Order: sequence, then C-alpha cells, then structure tokens
Amino acid sequence: MNDMTFKTVFTPPQPKILATNPAKIIAEGVDVYYGEKHAIKNLSLTIPDKAVSAFIGPSGCGKSTFLRSINRMNDTIPGCRVTGVINVDGQAIYDPSIDVVDLRARIGMVFQKPNPFPKSIFENVAYGPRIHGLAKDKTALEQIVTESLKRASLWDEVKDRLHQPGTGLSGGQQQRLCIARAIAVNPEVILMDEPCSALDPIATARIEELITELKEKFCIVIVTHSMQQAARVSDLTAFFHLGILVEAGDTDEVFTSPQEKRTHDYITGRFG
Amino acid sequence: MPDIVLTAQQQRTRKRNLTEKRFRRLCFAAIAVTAVFLAFLVMNLGIKAVPAFTSSAMPLTINVEPDKVDSTAIASGDFPGMVKDAIAKLMPKVESRADRKKLYQLLSGSVADEVQHRVMADPSLVGKDVTLQATLSADADMFLKGQQTSTTKFAGTAPLSLAADGEAFKISAQGHGFKAGEIVLTPTGALRVTETSAEGAKAEALVAPDETGAVAAGQWQSLQFSDGEDSRRTSDLEAVWLQRFTDQGKIQSMFDKALFTNGDSRAPEQAGLRGAFIGSLFTILVTLLTALPLGVAAALYLEEFAPKNRFTDLIEVNINNLAAVPSIIFGLLGLAMFLNFFGLPRSSSLVGGLVLALLVLPTIIIASRAALRSVPPSIKEAALGVGASHQQAVFHHVMPLAVPGILTGTILGIARALGETAPLLMIGMIAFIADVPGRITDAATVLPVQVYLWSTLPEAAFRSRTSAAIIILMIVLLCFNALAIFLRNKFERRW
Repeated sequence: MNDMTFKTVFTPPQPKILATNPAKIIAEGVDVYYGEKHAIKNLSLTIPDKAVSAFIGPSGCGKSTFLRSINRMNDTIPGCRVTGVINVDGQAIYDPSIDVVDLRARIGMVFQKPNPFPKSIFENVAYGPRIHGLAKDKTALEQIVTESLKRASLWDEVKDRLHQPGTGLSGGQQQRLCIARAIAVNPEVILMDEPCSALDPIATARIEELITELKEKFCIVIVTHSMQQAARVSDLTAFFHLGILVEAGDTDEVFTSPQEKRTHDYITGRFG
Repeated sequence: MPDIVLTAQQQRTRKRNLTEKRFRRLCFAAIAVTAVFLAFLVMNLGIKAVPAFTSSAMPLTINVEPDKVDSTAIASGDFPGMVKDAIAKLMPKVESRADRKKLYQLLSGSVADEVQHRVMADPSLVGKDVTLQATLSADADMFLKGQQTSTTKFAGTAPLSLAADGEAFKISAQGHGFKAGEIVLTPTGALRVTETSAEGAKAEALVAPDETGAVAAGQWQSLQFSDGEDSRRTSDLEAVWLQRFTDQGKIQSMFDKALFTNGDSRAPEQAGLRGAFIGSLFTILVTLLTALPLGVAAALYLEEFAPKNRFTDLIEVNINNLAAVPSIIFGLLGLAMFLNFFGLPRSSSLVGGLVLALLVLPTIIIASRAALRSVPPSIKEAALGVGASHQQAVFHHVMPLAVPGILTGTILGIARALGETAPLLMIGMIAFIADVPGRITDAATVLPVQVYLWSTLPEAAFRSRTSAAIIILMIVLLCFNALAIFLRNKFERRW
C-alpha cells in the first residue's frame, strides 16, 4: 500500500455549503483502528452546522465507524483506538478533560435498527431529560416529552397512548420515537446510522421529511446506503471507500460531477 | 435416464424419512423410560409414606392424683405413673408388673408429657380428671396399620365350645379350622392355639376366660397373623389388647400433626420435621442473602465492567470449574474456614448457609452472566446514545431486562442448595438435634440431612417417616421451581 491511499486523493474546492453555514465538526487526520485493523485512514472532513451531511459508500468502508467516533460510541468497543483530532465547536472531543456523558448529551445518536427501551413511550423520551436533570418538575418533563414528540412528528399518532410500551409501535414509528428520544436532551448534533434501512418506503419518506425539518435546528450527520436518499436529504456528501474519504463536497456537485473516478463508479452503480 | 435419477432420489428421501422416524421413536422411548422411573419413584414413596401422615390415638381419662404431683413442683410429678394407672383401669385383668408396663408402652411417651403440660398450664387440674386423645406408640400404630404383619380376622359364625384341660383349654368350632398361633378372643378371655387336631384344637390362655362352656356364635372372634410372634414387635398379648380397644371403638386414626409440629425425636411417633424445616429455612435465607448479592455483583462486574484480559479470563475459567467441584469439597472448605479459622458455631444454620452460598455462587454467577449477555446490546447503546453513563445504562436498562434470568438462575441454585446434604455433613449439621432452632447460630439440621438421619434408624416406623420427609422435601423443591417459573413469566419483557 503506498502513501497515496492514505490520503484524500483529490482535495475538492471548499464546499459552497460551508460558505453559508459555519463548521460544526472538524476532523483532522483521524485514524481508527479495531485492534490490528486500520478502519479509517487519515481522514479530514469539515461538517457544517444546521445542515445535513451524508456519508455514503459500500459496506465496510468505515462510514459508520467514523460516525460513531464523533460521539465516542467506539469507546465501548474493546480494542478500538482513535487517533487524530475531532473538534466539535472548536473543542477536541478526544481530549482527556472531556466527559463522554456530556459529549453524548450534546451529540445524540439514532441507530440503524429502531431500539426503543422496553418501556412506555413517555418513559422512552423522558429518560434522557431525567438523567441529565433537564426538567425541574413533572410538568416540565411532560412538556419536553410533548415537544420532542411533536418535533419528531409522532405526537398525533401516540398522544393517546403515551403510557403504552414503545416496542408496540410500528417500525417507522419506533424510529421516530428514537429520534424524539435523541432530541429530547436538546443536542446540537444528531448522528443517524442508516436510520431508514429497516423501514418501508412510506416510513422512510416520513423520516426523510423529518430530517429536512430538523436541520433547521440541528447539525445532522447521516450514514446511508441509499444514494437517492443522500441526494434527496443532504447538503454535503462524503464518499468513503476502504476506510478512505475519497471525496466530499456539496451534494449536487458530488452526484452530478464527481471529481474522482471511484465516486463516479459508485454512484453510477459500477460497484458497491 | 431421468427415471433412475428419480428413483435414487426417492430412495434417499425414503431413507432419510425412515431415519427421522427412528430418531423420533428413540426420543419417545427415552421419555417413556424416564417417565416409568419417575412414576415408580413417586408411587413407591407415596405408598411408603402414607402411614406416616396418620397416627392412632384413643381417648384416655387420667386422674391427676394429688399424691403423685405436688402443686408447687409440678415438673417433678409422676405423670407416667398416672397414665399407667389410667390405661390399667381400662384393662382390669392385667395385673403383673411386666404386663402393666407393656400395656403402658402401647401409648406414646408424649402422653405423659402432654398431661404435664396441661397441668403446668392450669395447676387447678391437680386432683381432677384430664381427658385427652392419647397417641399410641409407633409400634402399636404400625401394628394397627398392618405394617408389622398382616392380620386375618374371623368372626365366629358357629358356636365355640370351650373346655378346660388342665392348664390349657380345648376348643372347637364347627366349620372353622384352627391354626397354630391363631388367637381366639372370647368375651372375657383370649386363647392362643398351640396344637391342632381333626376334632378341635388345644389352646393356652393369654387372658384367662372367666368361664368355660359354649360361646355363642357372634360372641367370639379369632385372629391369624402372617408372621409369628417372634418376628414382630407387637406380642400376641398386645395384639389382644389393641383388638379389644378397637372393638370398643376407642381407637381413632387421625392426621399426624406431630410430623409437622415436632422437632426430631428418638421415638418415631414423636419425631417431626419442624426442626429440619426451620433449619432449612434459616440456612437457605443465609445462602440467599450471601450468594445473591455476591453472585450478581460478580456477574455484573465480569460482564459489564471488567477489562477483558488474562486475569479476568482466569477468573472466568475458575468460576466455571467451581460449578463442577463435588459439593463435599465445599463442606471441607467450610469446615476449615468458617469453623476452624473464624470459629463460627458448629452445626449452625449460619455456617451451613455460608457453605451452601459458596456452593451455589458459581451457578448464580454463570446464570446471571448469561442473563446479562442475553440483553440486546442495542438497548445499552440506546442508553449510551442519549448520554447515560455506563453504570446508568447497566442499572437502568440492562439489569431490569436481565432480572428474570438472574432470578431463575438464583432460585434453581437455591433449590439445589436446599437439597444438598454432603457439605453439611462436614460441618456437623448431621447431629441429632431435638430442639427447633430459634436463631441462625443455633445447632440445626436441614430437611435432606433429616431424611438421611431417619433412613439410618432401625425402627420400622422411621421408614415411613423417611418417605414422608422425602415427599415434603420434594414438595418444597417443587414450590421453589414453580416460584422460579412464576417470577420469570412475571418479569419477562419483550422487545
């Protein structure tokens, strides 16, 4: 393996989105190892605030790994090691002075498979605010729950059964419940790891709609296997391949005139 | 040639189907054999245990004579003497000292104790009559239940001619062939047949009849025993007395409360399981309170917090191996550690419970770890994702989902501890302890050890007590397992 493969081969011009939106997350020279395996190689990327950034790429290319590095979820995996710098709002999140718990409250996460707690819908959303002490009393907590469910456009469907188990909802509703749970702690960034891969097209459309609404308030990073989805919802697209960030840029640019051959081959379906 | 291919295919399919059928039959046979064994065990125990659940008693009126008991020192009164007099009154013909003693021994020693208790509770009874249901001794009880010998009774349907022949008697009855050893009861006496001939039989008196001559049909009866007098504990004379009491309608069979309310005793009719039951309860309580927190904490640490390295691997291997260590080794460990090193009281439920806690700890740890591991990691990730700390994620989300598994493992471990005998032998819980323990530091025994103790005793009555104790132990274990199933279903949550 020569030195070239460790670098983004092509340095694109500054994406236009960064001109209008300030940078929220800046990664510089990030390497991630799972034991001996070098999963992310020398990655540098700037993610804009109040916008949707999509990571695309074939399976095993490291996009989920990088996503999980942003809120340090990789810490829970034994043998996982992250080097390099990831800054959120100019703060290095791998700095020893950073408390992971606070960080994860600022950077929420939605997982691939809907994973509501086996508790009531209310409890699912209320859990985060409760452990962070965001609500002073019961009324305030109820307000946060209502507000979060409304923002996750789930309120109308569940307002009559808040105290029924969250696991009884449909897959799409469960995923929106997970989004409501994530936004209930009032994070700055929401990471979504293939949030629609377990959902049917109608539920997917609702989540995509929701993502578009949520980007008004949050910095959203989404990992997706569907290039159409990336094209529909995202402002910035980053293409990963074999642990390397191949190309990152404005979504329209990446999809219409990719600068890299590998990107072109992937989005036209030659591989992946 | 598609036909041939098809046939080969068909043959293979047929062979496979046959194999599957054969396998199913084998499995069924295994179940059937197990069921037969189990049914045999339960039936055998049940049949043997039935006599232990009832005891025989007869009403007895005892005169608390003031000259036998001083109302200022009741405890030293001669209560056995009063009971002796009371039963002698019922059999006025018994005069010799030896026979009176025998008569008294038809009753349980507990009768005198009960009279004493009543008088101590109410000293005004001195000089009055006390009437109570006097429990019969185990031997008398076993005889009445047909456990010593099988008795065949003949009602005298023809008149009996009875003539004195020196010391002995000559008897004959039409249509009844006497056998040697048969006992003939006339209204006033009892005879034992010694010799038989064509025209009648020779008999000796057990209780001399008042008059000879003819005894009308229906006024006499006879008893034949399958075992000779030498090979049973109840003599012919005692059998006559018991038959008399039965004919008078005095003897009643009732539920044997003593089995549940008494501690251990050398007299079978007074031996009960209460001491062992309370001992088991204390022991299990100590085991539960020690093993559950330790086991769950160890499992939590190993599963959720411990770094994965050689040291934790070593611990894991050791825990798995400990689960397979013979239980008696734990008894030796308990003996060396709790008794000899820490000097805790010998034979106590405290030490027994600690030893059993050591024994079930590996089981609980393994079960708890399996339960914790079976919680989907997505739940923990979800909690971490909203900013819960590792500990919060474990205690708020992983633990509650693991509780049914942990409880099931614990209860099954406790059930195993409840049935364990060997380690307790090593720490002295095998001693004969008649008192019901009141504290965990008191000397005690437990149900399975009680079963073992009773099974070694020679008295026939203890055989049925042993079976009864086994049945009670099994019922207790069954309750534990039922509780485990109930808890698992109650706490089980789906996701």
